[in-house]
This record gives sequence, structure tokens and C-alpha cells, in this order.
Amino acid sequence: MEFSFSEEQLMIRQAARDYAQRELFTDVIERDEKSVYPENHVRALADLGFMGMMVSPEWDGGGMDAVSYVLAVEEISKVDASVSVIMSVNNSLVCWGLETFGNQEQKEKYLKPLARGEKIGAFLLSEPEAGSDATSQRTTAIDMGDYYLLNGTKNWITSGHTAGTYLVIAQTHPEKGHKGINAFIVDRHASGISVGPHENKMGMRSSDTHSVMFTDVKVPKENRIGDDGFGFKFAMQTLEGGRIGIAAQALGIASGAFELAVKYAKQRKAFGTEIANHQSVAFKLSDMAVKIETGRLLVLKAAWLKDQHLPYGVASAMAKQYCADMAMEVTTEAVQIHGGYGYVKEYHVERLMREAKLTQIYEGTSEIQKIVISRSVLKD
Amino acid sequence: MKIAVCLSHVPDTTTRIKIGSQSDQIDYTGVQWVINPWDELALTRALELKELPGSGVDEVVVVNVGDSIADPVIRKALAIGADRAVRVNTAPSDSLSVARILAAFFATERFDLILAGLESSDYNGGMTGMLLGGVLGYRTLNGISALNLEAGKLKLSREMDGSRQILVVEPPLVAVVQKGIAIVPRIPSMRGVMQARTKPLQVVDPVKVEAGLTTIGYSYPKPKGACRMVAPGNENELIALLKTEARVL
Repeated sequence: MEFSFSEEQLMIRQAARDYAQRELFTDVIERDEKSVYPENHVRALADLGFMGMMVSPEWDGGGMDAVSYVLAVEEISKVDASVSVIMSVNNSLVCWGLETFGNQEQKEKYLKPLARGEKIGAFLLSEPEAGSDATSQRTTAIDMGDYYLLNGTKNWITSGHTAGTYLVIAQTHPEKGHKGINAFIVDRHASGISVGPHENKMGMRSSDTHSVMFTDVKVPKENRIGDDGFGFKFAMQTLEGGRIGIAAQALGIASGAFELAVKYAKQRKAFGTEIANHQSVAFKLSDMAVKIETGRLLVLKAAWLKDQHLPYGVASAMAKQYCADMAMEVTTEAVQIHGGYGYVKEYHVERLMREAKLTQIYEGTSEIQKIVISRSVLKD
Repeated sequence: MKIAVCLSHVPDTTTRIKIGSQSDQIDYTGVQWVINPWDELALTRALELKELPGSGVDEVVVVNVGDSIADPVIRKALAIGADRAVRVNTAPSDSLSVARILAAFFATERFDLILAGLESSDYNGGMTGMLLGGVLGYRTLNGISALNLEAGKLKLSREMDGSRQILVVEPPLVAVVQKGIAIVPRIPSMRGVMQARTKPLQVVDPVKVEAGLTTIGYSYPKPKGACRMVAPGNENELIALLKTEARVL
């Protein structure tokens, strides 16, 4: 058992922390309020290599391990989960999916610019009537011989407008159910694609979330990922890794709110002393610290398993479910510790509380994670 | 042109300093070491100069006096972009000793420009750069807030009281840099972290320097007293407190 980080892992965590505290912090409230896409930050993080940090250097990535990745996502999320979700989707869904299941030509053409961060990727699975029930895909990709013809609508797509490359899950053989589903690489600017308006979200308002409509979009045959019918497996396996990123994000939201709550509790005075000296507040901070540490251990365990090439599906589900629910609890308490100041925007914790809520919903709701975990527990 | 950046490793600037059980030592247990902030800005400017098209800067080398505790900090400098590093293998002591040790190294390898931060954020001596220039016999300038290259010469700005001095200097030069030399320190990129794995970190033996300075002890400053509020109209009480407690009158 080894609980220490390598020198490189610490360096990457510090680099992410420096960027988040020095740069993201300056305009996070304004971007949240006005729903402004963090274009300059995404560019800067791409230049630093954070957008494709786990991709092998062979494909122009950073070549870092999953432990380094979750350390970086936590630090970015402490300040700005809108930025970290763009980073997480690009790294652990799009780049990982392409690197693991794409062929050489696909990696050369599509993975390299994504790993360099020159293009941003989006993962298009959810539909207006297919969220947790991902088998009910209504988007169709009909085999026309030379190409697939894509029709349908995808919902809640992170980076839906900004992305240059889409990974689209669609039904090719409806009679085969989920075994008839395929995954395709689609150029965002292909003819027949239209993007819906920016979703006016409760939190993570600086990331661009859109619905995407496909009308007779021709997708070249060579853009299908894997064998015919591999799409559902592709989506599920990719989401297993994605959960680690969102778990790290939820952890970061919680620890960011916690750091602010500790700072505030040491400064704010009530009844003649700093409120941290009141046991009601001190015990809250104690409970928050234990929950955050538990979540951190779950996230690091899942990331470590991934780095060791061991099965991590259940570990990532546990990390995601626990951290998402924990982030909601911890951010709520952070607002409570701040009192009235916690309810106004300039103290950040109300935003972190709004951001925490989404981690219980996207990339597999907490309830879906419990299905994954309980099936594993009950399997024998 | 070759640029050397003298790089100190210092406790993270948020560290709460603890005096050891022997009061002549600082307890460094659990301290996180970082690049001295002034040196980090010096390194950033050196790299900016190197990256200018046609700058003529061939190499940026960081030079540290320290034991192996400094290695992670030095590798961060390599990840930020320094081409290679030299660590003179001894724990740093007083400014003159460090300056002599550095000067002995710089006697073995010539650099056109040697940058040093204004002071280290641990002991705040603010002397090593100037002493190094003196021991080396190089032209030395302090308080440098801007640095550029012009046709093989160094163009610098120095902050003065109420004004700024612009200078052009022929290398070699020791420049002691301060605020303004670079805006924000660089953050290492993933590529930089990877490249740092294979960049040279040369460890060299120090020359012997005579210790002429011994720290007898450290002590904490007096804790700040609580703010005393004097009610309006009680000026006599205020004057009495300033005389008897604050002893400023």
C-alpha cells in the first residue's frame, strides 16, 4: 500500500492549482452569471496540455496517468466546474474513446488535434427521450453502402456548439436493440447539422450545453468506431472512465467549497469569537473533511485501478455516486457556514452548490451508479 | 548567448515557520519547497528572451546551491523550460558563502548573463546576487525591472527613486531582478513535465568556503496584541495607553 504521490503527480496538481487560483478565479463569477464560454481558458489549458493529458505522446497527448488527471480535475473544479467539465469530456470520453477503440487512421486524423486541444470534442449519447435508458436510441444511422445517413436529435451536449469533433451514438439496426447501435466520428460542420440554443442552466453556466439536430447527415463509412454493432459497448466502456473524471470534479467542487468555508470560519466573528471556535461550526467542518477524504480515496482508487489496467467499472461508479452526493452535502453546509454571505454570488459557495447538483445527474445519475454497484454486489 | 538563472529553493510562501527544538535551527518537517518567487520570474524572463525570434539565446541553465531536497524544485524549473540544471551539492548557508560557491562554479563555465532574484523569500538577505557579481568580478546591476536583448547587448531598466534608469550593457553581466521583470511565472505544461524527465540535472561538488557566520538562535516576533478600542471622548485614556502600553509617546 502506497499513499504518496510521485514528484510528477505533485507537479501537475500544483500546475492545475496555480492556473485555477491565478487565472480562472478572476472571472469565474462573471462567466457564470453571463453564461460566457471560457474560450481563452480552454485555449490556455490546451497549451499547457491539460485537454489531452492522458493521451499517449504518440498521438500528441501529455502521456500522464489517470491519478495525475484526477488531481488536475480536482484543482480546476475547486474554482470552476464549467471549465473542468469541458476538460473532462474531452479527456476521458472523447480522447480516451478514440485512443482505446479508434483505428490508426481515425487517431491520426481526429485524435491528434483533440489531444493537442486544437479541437474540442463532444460526446453525443443523451436524447430527448433517452437519458439513463441509453438503449432507447432514436437517432438512426442507416447504412447507405458508401456512407451512413444520420438523423435524429441529441440533448444536453457539453461543448455542443464549440466542439469541432462529435462522437455520436446512433441506432443502425433497430431490430437488434442495443446490439444494433454504432458510434461515429462526425465533423461538427458537416452538412445537415444544426445546433440548438444555449441551455440556460442552473449551474456550470459557462460551459456550452446544446441540443444537436442531425438531418440527413452523411457520415463516411470509415468514421464508424469498431465493428458494426459495437456502439453501445463503446459508450458504456467510455462512460466507465468518464465517471472517474466527474467523480474528481465533484470532489473538487466539495473541496473548493470546504477551503472557502474553513477560511471564512476563521475570519467571521460571532458572539465574541471566530465562528470556527463554535462547536456547531467546527463539527460541520470536521464532517465535511471526513467526507471529502473518503471521496478522495475512492477517486484515487478508481484512477489507480485504471492505471494498473485492472477492472475499474464498479470503483468508478462508487467514486462517482459517493462524490456527487457528498459534493451536494458539503456545498450545502459551506453555504450554511457562510450564512447570508453564502447566499450571494461574490462568496462563490452558492455557485459551487449549484454546480454540485449536476454531478448527481450527468454521465450517469447517482441512481444509475447504484444500479451498477448493486448488480456487482448481487452478482454471485 | 548563454543565460544562467540562480535558483533558490524556499519554503512555500504560506508556510508557518517553526523553530526547532534546538532554537538555532528551523524545523523544516513537512515543509513544501518551491522555487523562490523572484527566481521564478527571472527564469520566466530568460525563457521569454530565448523564445524571441532571432534572440541568439542558445541555452537557459538553472543553477542551485542545495542538497537533494532541492531536486523536485529544480525539476519543476526544467519542466517550465530550462534546458538543463546544475546543483552544487551543499546546503546553502550565508549569502557570501553561497556567492563564493556559485562564483566557483561560474568560473568553470562562462555565461553571458547571470540572473538572480532580488532576495530569497526565506531569509530575505537580498545580498547573494550582488555578492556573486563582486566575487566573479562581473559588472553587476540590481533592481532590474526590465530586460531585453539588442544586437548582442543587454538593455535593462532599473527602478530608481521616482524615476527609471535605462542602461545598455555588454555581457557578461550579473543582473539582480525584481518586480516587473516578468508579469506572471510560467506554469509547467504536460510536455514540459515529460521533457524534464530526460533533461540533465548535473550535481557538482562545492568548493570549500570558510564559515564565518554562525546563527546563535531564532525567536518568534511578539504576537500582535488585540486591537484596543477607545470610546469617543476618552482622548486622555488613548494618550495614556500610547504612553504606557504602546510606548510611542
